[in-house]
Order: sequence, then structure tokens, then C-alpha cells
Amino acid sequence: MNQQAPDPSPPKLPVSLAANPRLSSWLKFSSDGQVAVSPGKVEIGQGIVTALAQIAADELDIDLSRVQMVRASTTASPNEGVTSGSLSIQQSGRALRHACAEVRRIFLQQAAERLGVGVDALDVEDGTISGPGNVRTSYWELADDVSLDRDATPGVTPKAVTSRTLAGHSVQRVDIPDKVLGRPRFIHDQALPGMLHGRVLRPEDARARLLELREDGARAVAGLVAIVRDGSFTGVVSETEPGAELAVQALRKGATWSDGDLLPDEGDLPSFLKSQPAESTIIDKKTATSPGAAARTIRRQYTRPYIAHASIAPSCAMAQWEGDRIHVWTHSQGVYLLRADLALVLKLPVENITVEHMEGAGCYGHNAADDVALDAVLLAKAAGGRPVRVQWSRQGEMSDAPFGAAMAIEIEADLDAQGEIVGWRHAIWSNGHAARPGRAAQPALLAGFELANPFPRMISTNPPQANGGGGDRNSIPLYDFPSWQIESHRLTTMPIRTSALRTLGAQGNVFAIESFIDELAAERGEDPVAFRLRHLRDERAKDVIRAAATRARWKPEKQPGIGHGIGFARYKNTGAYCAAIAEIESAEEISVRKLTLAVDVGETINPDGVINQIEGGAIQATSWVLKERVRFDHRRITSTNWTEYPILRFSEVPDVEVEIIQRPDIDPVGAGEAAHGPVTAAIANAVFDALGVRVRHLPVTRDSIIAAMELTS
Amino acid sequence: MPTVRFHLNGAETEIEADPDRSLLDILRGQIGMTGPHFGCGAGECGACNVIIGDHAVPACDTPLWSVAGKDVTTIEGLGTIERPHPLQRAFITEQALQCGYCVSGILMSAAALLKRNSSPTSREVKEALDRNLCRCGSHNRMVRAVLRAAEEMAAG
Repeated sequence: MNQQAPDPSPPKLPVSLAANPRLSSWLKFSSDGQVAVSPGKVEIGQGIVTALAQIAADELDIDLSRVQMVRASTTASPNEGVTSGSLSIQQSGRALRHACAEVRRIFLQQAAERLGVGVDALDVEDGTISGPGNVRTSYWELADDVSLDRDATPGVTPKAVTSRTLAGHSVQRVDIPDKVLGRPRFIHDQALPGMLHGRVLRPEDARARLLELREDGARAVAGLVAIVRDGSFTGVVSETEPGAELAVQALRKGATWSDGDLLPDEGDLPSFLKSQPAESTIIDKKTATSPGAAARTIRRQYTRPYIAHASIAPSCAMAQWEGDRIHVWTHSQGVYLLRADLALVLKLPVENITVEHMEGAGCYGHNAADDVALDAVLLAKAAGGRPVRVQWSRQGEMSDAPFGAAMAIEIEADLDAQGEIVGWRHAIWSNGHAARPGRAAQPALLAGFELANPFPRMISTNPPQANGGGGDRNSIPLYDFPSWQIESHRLTTMPIRTSALRTLGAQGNVFAIESFIDELAAERGEDPVAFRLRHLRDERAKDVIRAAATRARWKPEKQPGIGHGIGFARYKNTGAYCAAIAEIESAEEISVRKLTLAVDVGETINPDGVINQIEGGAIQATSWVLKERVRFDHRRITSTNWTEYPILRFSEVPDVEVEIIQRPDIDPVGAGEAAHGPVTAAIANAVFDALGVRVRHLPVTRDSIIAAMELTS
Repeated sequence: MPTVRFHLNGAETEIEADPDRSLLDILRGQIGMTGPHFGCGAGECGACNVIIGDHAVPACDTPLWSVAGKDVTTIEGLGTIERPHPLQRAFITEQALQCGYCVSGILMSAAALLKRNSSPTSREVKEALDRNLCRCGSHNRMVRAVLRAAEEMAAG
């Protein structure tokens, strides 16, 4: 046959680099031997800044200590959208690796010219460029002569995997020394010259409107600078932080609010979720070529409650006006996106707004970081050009920030006469899982909904499946069933504010799928590990399951009161593979004694960083599963402190073992969200193993186990 | 304003302030010592823990008057970059944190533990840290780091 070979597709730039091609926006060399590296992604406690520094140092052939990581800011940083979805290594890492490879080549060309030798004869060691005959120069000597004000070009080949010296090795995170020495590294710890302190007053009842405000009490507090009110948005500005606290307490006494909106019945979330108006979408459909006959159908329903971000720090921001220009300091996940929303609210061109990132406490999604930034901007209007620092209260953090959405999930499996799965239907009822700022024609910031001329309250939507989906994330099974239909019902009302929380819908969907799979295996009397392996085709998937099983010595001998369970998923069906095996003990309460995980993220840039993320994700998921549930009555959120919203404590934390399957030839993906779904399912399945009871409604508590037992009997 | 005197990280300190104000307010606001972190303001999370005498306590829940004449140690007094406390070194070695916001309070709870029990078991470390919350899930690393520091201190 005389078939013409197809043209090889032209080389492309990595996505983030294509969007921000100017090399000087990523890298700046200085003659004193330092390189400033500016990623558009931000540190949110996940160690990304260190992994990116490793990539840059590796590709440039310099010591890690020469890399200065620059905090993201709208003045100069590449616009990489939001730091979320476990995409930073994929997006920023690839862009940086490419940019550094190209910059290295540019420097070598310049050096070759200066030294009069061929480019190929040159070598780089810690920034020193040397060639035959002992000729040498360096990045630092050439820094002033080499202009990086040029666009990246496709087709640059980064180093071969085998010649990388830093990527693939655990290095110490660059931010940790400051943090253990208690140095002021967090936004909360900064003090700008002349800084004032602000506090915002919000209603306790959901979305109540401010009817009347007596200001005399607050005015009498020493240090008061201003009381700000615009519609239902109100707050104080004071010379001191205690002054701001006292003034806002006084303002609360002087405030009269309307009745709030009615909240749903927290005790019956599925009925609420399934009765609301919704937008229904078929997410995926697979039709068997020769459909097997269904002998019977099994149907199960699973729920997960609303979950709070519950960061250890309340959100904080600073803002300073200068004429009609505003400078904002924030721990937002996306400086450009926040800027876009601020521009909408303030009706100012984006050029008038500078948004600069500073580290906050651990961030697990769209929390109140962006909201408090607008609060600070609005209060700073009354500060006469002085900077204003605003910090939310613990109560505000637990009730006014967006939550991870509650979900009801129904799965039906058609089984043939032999009990094999021939059909699978998965349906999700949930609010959308994303209402992030900077992505719509209307702002997503809380104060924007409270102004005298308010913006409409944003109803959460779901990212498309191509981007990992939202409520439907991980709802398409990885198992090789002959046919399926996956449907998502996204609520178009939103009495409780939801947005992106770590894994979006994946935790709920993986919990449901993996619980149901376990149930079907048990029904057939098949080992749950063997049953999963039998239904998977993807070898990387099978490898993590086998690795976790081997490490946990699956399946350990049965002991009274002890149970073992497994859970598996590939995050977003395109990201990291993770299998988890839980060992639980059932006494007065359920405790998780041990979690054994295996993970495959492709190339591992910083193995200890990956283990830290997986381990942290596993422990956080354990907390979600055993303890967490946003509480509310029909008027207000009631879980507004750590007593009402408990999280896992040191004495309750399981041992966690993590095994990484290294795949240096496969592009790296993020690790931060891979463990939650598998761990959730593993714990629930271990409870079944110990007690013979299927808990299908999270959290897994004494009460939910008793309820499940009553249902079974 | 009344004056309250106490020892802060070994130094004689005199504060003129309303004695009912919280120690955390005084440390962060008046003295500018931002190592102790505000987390809840109700003594529930431990992010602001300091050592008073021999005990780790939440500074947000401690009125200024109650520390008169006492020794108060904050994270700033635990060690420095040049002379880090063995706990600080161990937390770096074990990479025992993710975001690190809770860590200054956790280090103080751990330091108080090691003062009264120089060779704790893992269970004793967990008990000593049980009033400190960590949201990122770095608990096991922190426990390992405390055990490592204890060993190092025992070895002198």
C-alpha cells in the first residue's frame, strides 16, 4: 500500500506558556547570581512553589538556592488562572520547564558567540558556562546582555528524564524554615505603614437584609475611624484591631435585620436535593454492542453532606486606595480572577486594580479569601488612603464562606442471570460545585450580593467533563461495564452557598461507586480486590490496587471489631491513580487505625511532597468521613465553631503509609485531591467488613451506623 | 492604663494596657510579635498557644492580668535561625507541615510536653497535641518530628 504518512502535528507550547509566551514574565536573571522565577500559581500549603523551583533549577542547571520564587501579582506574573484542580504541576510545571529549556539555549547561544566556540561544545554547571580550552562565562555575566523580552517558541526539547538531577528527588520545601521559626510569612502577620483594621457585620440568619442601623454604640468605641454601610453591607474601620472588634460588636447590637431565607431540612438532604428545580445533563452514555439480559436490578442511594473548608485561619485581606486606584493583598487562589470580579463590583478598569498574593492558611478550594478581599476594598474607601486589614471571625469563616455541595447519588446496576453487571446507571443531585470569581459577567463575591444595588447571587455551576466535571467529577466508572448512563441534575436554586471544595463531586461519586462495587462483590462472594481487578483494563489502575493490596497484606485475617476495606479511583479519570485500604476498629465510635495507599502521578517531581499531599488528603478525608457535616436549622448555619464542627484530632488520626509508583516517562499530574474519594470508600467498606452494615450516608458516625442497621433489619 | 509586668521570652516586659485584653491581642497588636496565630479566639484550636510557666495555653483565651510576674514563651523565644530549637530542626527534617499556620502553636504544645516528659511515646505526643487542630493532615509527620526532637535532646 502506498499510504502517505500523516504530517507530524506541529510542536505546540504548553498551555500556560502559550497564554503567557513572554519569557521575561517567567524568568529574570540578575548579575549577582540569582534567578527570579515567577509562576502564576500560588502557594496554598501544598508545596507547589518548591516543586516549581526544582523544575526551574533542574532545567537551567543551577543550584536550587539560586532560585528566588516570586509571589504572583497582577503587575507582572503570568496569568495562570486559578491554583486549583491539582493542575499546577501540569500547567505551571510544564510551562516553566519549557521556558527554562529555551532560556538555557538562548544563554548558550550568547555564550558561544562571546567565547567563540560552538553551542554544542558548551556545558552548564550551577550557571557557569564552560567550553573547550577552559573558556568560561556564566548566566550572571551574560544577564545584562541577554534579553528575555521575547516570546517562547514551540519545539524546544527539555532535558531527558535521566539527566534531571533535582526533579524526582525529595528536597526540603523553601517555605518551611520561616514557618517553624514563627516568622511573619502569612498575610495575617503583615503590617503596612499606617494600617487600619476593619471588621464586617453580617446577619446570623441566612441572607437577612439590614433594615436599620443605629451607629451610636459603635461611634463611642475608642479608635473608630469610620462606619461603612452600603445596603446590607456594613462594617467598621478602626485604628486598632481590638477597637474594630469592639466597634463591630456594638454595631451588631444596633442592627435590625429582616427575616432570612428558609433553609432546607438538614436531616433529609436527599429529599431536598431531589425536589429542587434542576438542569439535567447526560454526562456519558455507553451502549453495549450485544446487550446482556438483565435478570435483576439493584438500586442504592448515597449522600454526602455540605462540608466546610474550615481553614485554621479565618480569611484575611488588605486593601489600600490611592485616588481611583486600589492595591489589594490576598490569599486568593487566582489574583487575575479576583481582579476581574473587583473590577465588576467597583466598575473600574482592571488596570486600576493591583492584586498581589500572600500566603494564607491551607486552602482547599474556593473559601472566603476572595470575599474578604472585597470587604477590605469596600471598607478601605472610608480610610482616606490608608491601608485597611480585614479579618473574618471564626464564626464568619464557618458560616459565610462557600461550602462543598451536598450530594445525593443513586446507582442502579443490572445483573444478568450469572450476577454479572450488564448495565449501570448513575445519577447525581447536587448544587453546582463551582462559583469562583472572575469567570462570569457577574461577580461571585459575597459583599457584591449585599450592596444597595446588589448583584444577583451567583448559582454554582459545574465545569465541563473535559475539565474534569463538577458534581459529575469521577462519576464515569473506570470499570469496564458493557453499558452505562451517567446523569447529573444540577440544582438551579441555592439556599446554601456552595462552590469548589477539594475534589468537587469526586469524593461523593467515588464513595458511591466504590461502595456499590464492594456490595456487588460481596453479594457474589468475590474478594473486593479481585473483583475490581477483573473489571479493570487499565494496567496503571490495576498496579495501584495491587500495590496497596500487597503492602496492606490483603486480606488480613478477620478479627472481631476490626474491618478492612478498599477504595480506588483515578482522579478526574485523567489525573493521579490512587488506591486506599483502610483498617478500622469499631467500638463506641468508629476509628480508623491505618490507611495504606498506593499512588501513581506519572513523573514525581518531589516524592516527599507527593507523599505529604497524599497523606494529608487521606487524613483530611478521614476527618470528612468520620466527623464532618455542616449543621443548620431552618434559619441559619449552626456549626459556627470547632465544637459544633469538629474535625479529626491528633489522637484520632490513623497511621498512613504511602507507596509511590514512579513513572518518570509519563507527564506529571497533581496529587492533592487523589486520596479523598478512595479513602472515603475504603473506610465505608471497612465498616461493612467489621459490622456487616452498609453506611450509605456520610458522615460515618454511631448515629448513621445505627440508622443503617435499622434499615437493614 | 494599668501596667502589667511579665517575662516575655526571657526579657523583662512592661505593658500598659487594659488588663482584661487577651494576651494574644497584646502580643500581636501591641508588641508586634506575630508568631502566635489567631485561629478561633475561643481557645479551641491552639494556633495561638504560648507557654506560660510550664504549660502550653491559648493566648487568645488568656487575659493579660493573669500573666503578671510570669514567664511567657512564644515561638519567637523557642529558637532562632542561628540556634533553632531541636523541635524546629526536627520539623524541618520531617517536613512536618503543609500550610504551617497551626505549627507555631503546635511547637509550643510540643515544647511544653518535652519539658515535663523528655522521652514521650507516640501516644503521649498525640495526647499532648490533642487540643491543637491541623486541617492539612500533617499530624503524623508532626508526631514523628516531636519524637525525633526528643531523641536528639536525649542524645545531647
